[in-house]
Amino acid sequence: MTVTPLGIPRRLLEFTIDGEEARVPEGSTILDACRAAGKDIPTLCQGDTLTPKNACRVCVVEVEGSRTLVPACSRKAEPGMEVRTDTERARHSRKIVLELLASSVDLSTTPQVADWIKEYEAKPDRFGPDAARLDEEPKIDNDLYVRDYDKCILCYKCVDACGDQWQNTFAISVTGRGFDARIAVEHDAPLTDSACVYCGNCIEVCPTGALSFKSEFDMRAAGTWDESAQTETTTVCAYCGVGCNLTLHVQDNEIVKVTSPHDNPVTHGNLCIKGRFGYQHVQNRG
Amino acid sequence: MDLRFGDSKPTDDERAAVDALLGPPESSWEGAARDGMRAADLRWARGGRAARDRRDLLLPGLHAINDRVGWISEGALDYLCRRLTVPPAQAYGVATFYAMFSVKPRPATVLHVCTDLACVSAGASELCAGIEARLGLGSGVSVERGPCLGLCERAPAALAVKSGDPVRTAVSAPATVEAAVLAASAPDSAPEEPPAAMAVPQAGDPSLTLLRRVGVVDPSSLDDYRAHGGYTALRRAFELGPAGVIREVTDSGLVGRGGAAFPTGRKWQATAAQPDHPHYLVCNADESEPGTFKDRVLMEGDPYALVEAMTIAAYATGAHQGYLYLRGEYPRALRRMRHALDQARARGLLGDDILGQGYAFDIEIRRGAGAYICGEETALFNSIEGYRGEPRSKPPFPVDKGLFGRPTVENNVETLVNVLPILTMGAPAYAAIGTRRSTGPKLFCVSGGVERPGVYELPFGATLGELLELAGVREGLRAVLLGGAAGGFVRPDETDIPLTFEGTREAGTTLGSGVVMAFDETVPLPRLLLRIAEFFRDESCGQCVPCRVGTVRQEEALHRLAAQHAGRTGAAVSDDIALLREVGRAMRDASICGLGQTAWNAVESAIDRLGAYE
Repeated sequence: MTVTPLGIPRRLLEFTIDGEEARVPEGSTILDACRAAGKDIPTLCQGDTLTPKNACRVCVVEVEGSRTLVPACSRKAEPGMEVRTDTERARHSRKIVLELLASSVDLSTTPQVADWIKEYEAKPDRFGPDAARLDEEPKIDNDLYVRDYDKCILCYKCVDACGDQWQNTFAISVTGRGFDARIAVEHDAPLTDSACVYCGNCIEVCPTGALSFKSEFDMRAAGTWDESAQTETTTVCAYCGVGCNLTLHVQDNEIVKVTSPHDNPVTHGNLCIKGRFGYQHVQNRG
Repeated sequence: MDLRFGDSKPTDDERAAVDALLGPPESSWEGAARDGMRAADLRWARGGRAARDRRDLLLPGLHAINDRVGWISEGALDYLCRRLTVPPAQAYGVATFYAMFSVKPRPATVLHVCTDLACVSAGASELCAGIEARLGLGSGVSVERGPCLGLCERAPAALAVKSGDPVRTAVSAPATVEAAVLAASAPDSAPEEPPAAMAVPQAGDPSLTLLRRVGVVDPSSLDDYRAHGGYTALRRAFELGPAGVIREVTDSGLVGRGGAAFPTGRKWQATAAQPDHPHYLVCNADESEPGTFKDRVLMEGDPYALVEAMTIAAYATGAHQGYLYLRGEYPRALRRMRHALDQARARGLLGDDILGQGYAFDIEIRRGAGAYICGEETALFNSIEGYRGEPRSKPPFPVDKGLFGRPTVENNVETLVNVLPILTMGAPAYAAIGTRRSTGPKLFCVSGGVERPGVYELPFGATLGELLELAGVREGLRAVLLGGAAGGFVRPDETDIPLTFEGTREAGTTLGSGVVMAFDETVPLPRLLLRIAEFFRDESCGQCVPCRVGTVRQEEALHRLAAQHAGRTGAAVSDDIALLREVGRAMRDASICGLGQTAWNAVESAIDRLGAYE
């Protein structure tokens, strides 16, 4: 969320990042401070509208006095803390995390990850051709969206968005354990037999493209998906009086998917089924 | 919460199992039959916050169904969810988290056969093969190979669980094919387990402190416990007052015996000082580290000591409710502790007015369901609260926000039991036992290649060699594993290592929870390492990437190494060892909790200290 509520003025606290003085408002995370200082730290499971889950561990940094590395996304900055973001130790863990993910998950639609793999000189192939992968087939069980868990990094964002952080529908959960853990609805049933209300807020937060509009999934399969040829137009949803903002992604004069700005002060990127998927009438030219 | 429940209906058995735990449903909103619906039901939905506050009954509810029917069907899960206002997807996530539950139909009897370190060295693989040959499809028994059952002194071990009302269990250890098959097919007629004292070779030795009552008192008799000095420590605690008790515990130098060695007095003080109430006391009896069985022996042999110790800890830290989170694989400890709690309650040693002091405290037992990770303190909170047993990120620490988000003291069984001698003998006398930095007596779980495996009590500072000699170590010692799967191997020529926290640390290894497992030359090291890697891969909760995938890559590399080791060495071996080191380092540095952080310890020590694969 980029809109900062005007609350009680917050104290600034001072600490150092890579030897440089940093001043951030109390309650900021190390990641907030790093970004304010213009430092790039990779993140995957961190979401701007959600409480950090710190599950992916790609944002780890070194903090003086801490036995282990700490996740920048969730650890709050403390006065006097000495943070180092670019040590060999931190870079090593980031590299391994990228290798572990890239060797087990299909990251082909995860933004930025290819650049990080290059930057950290990660070599996912070195675990050999027999390295276990998720090996999941896309779940296509409804007309609105597809769950391709071969691309899932288990960031928990969809679960949190569906649960008490936003939607309160609780249709999905992490199930199983360890490497066999997967996102699923109750009894691992098809989506159509679940509590899902098709708000698509899980798609909005998915960082890897594991959850995608059926339209996007089909176009990718057909090889016609071309983000460079798409325009984005933000408008107001016409269905009810709330006034949610919609960003319509248009390719070849067809709406191909709908997102919502995360900095909207009312909805923070969340929509309902009508705003998210109910756009066909716009292009019904018959 | 507008929850959607499926159309599946529970069977009469499943409904009865849930209702036996929660009572009959009050209205059709909670799943009562609609034909008998009362007019009042039509006017409002019961439930809401009051029902949601019972979320912590989800795990007991899953146990109730699994105990009665042997597995958890859709209809049963949906009914339980309706009763507790829990989203079915979340309950499904919880049910699939635990190894002892199944969401697919399976036979009514499950025979858990331990294939972990001590048992595999005692022939568990052959035992499994023999059992599986006898109990094939259609035998009505599902044979499940699993992690350590905490019966290492009687390896190899098997545990049969036969669902029904009531659920029946039988332990076979040391197990033969015939004995295990009998336990599984007729648990009621299986021979009684030997008394807990059989696991204590020193039993009856008057110099013992923590184990002095094991084998001496009748574990079912509160009078016998009191006749042997029971409840003098609690009286002393009431004399001292809460602050006085904390001072004694702090001065005694007691540190946690679960493995992390955190000063107990400091933990208690930090919790007692929290203005937020209520405070909770949690006893971590989810002893699952392979090779550890000391807490089981304490609970089976001297259950009232734990009840008394928990009462003292709660009194000192201002808690009025305690939870005993007990390993699901410990049926006898469960029976003994249940009985002890009932007796203590009946005699006013738990309840509203303990010993007439106006102090109220009670203890609830919560059973684990087969998840090593739930021994992690915050994962244990999530498990009790009815969520998946995944560790929370710290800070906040349990003393600030623990169980139900409240200040919580969590201690291991052995740690708590140490409080009794601290109060009866006084902090200075207690601190005089052991070394300056590791005070008091310590329990060690010795198993593997020794003549007299069992729980041993020695003052801190005894050497590894002395302990092994006491247990009668066999000829041809190849390696000793200290601290269990999360610990490390040492060589036979390192037996002068003092068994203290600082001594093992200086020697570059760990004491952990007190596991000492001896392996002779007949046990192939690569197979042991594979078993350890398999254990961590199975038990990883899957929350963070370094552990979830790292433990898989570690196991894969060890498989390659084991195959290569038989034939050749050289470049391929050193490549895989380098890979293990890199993955291991990231697991240690970047995992959320101790499981991932220690998953590479034993393998690393085997490579560096023992020269495995050379």
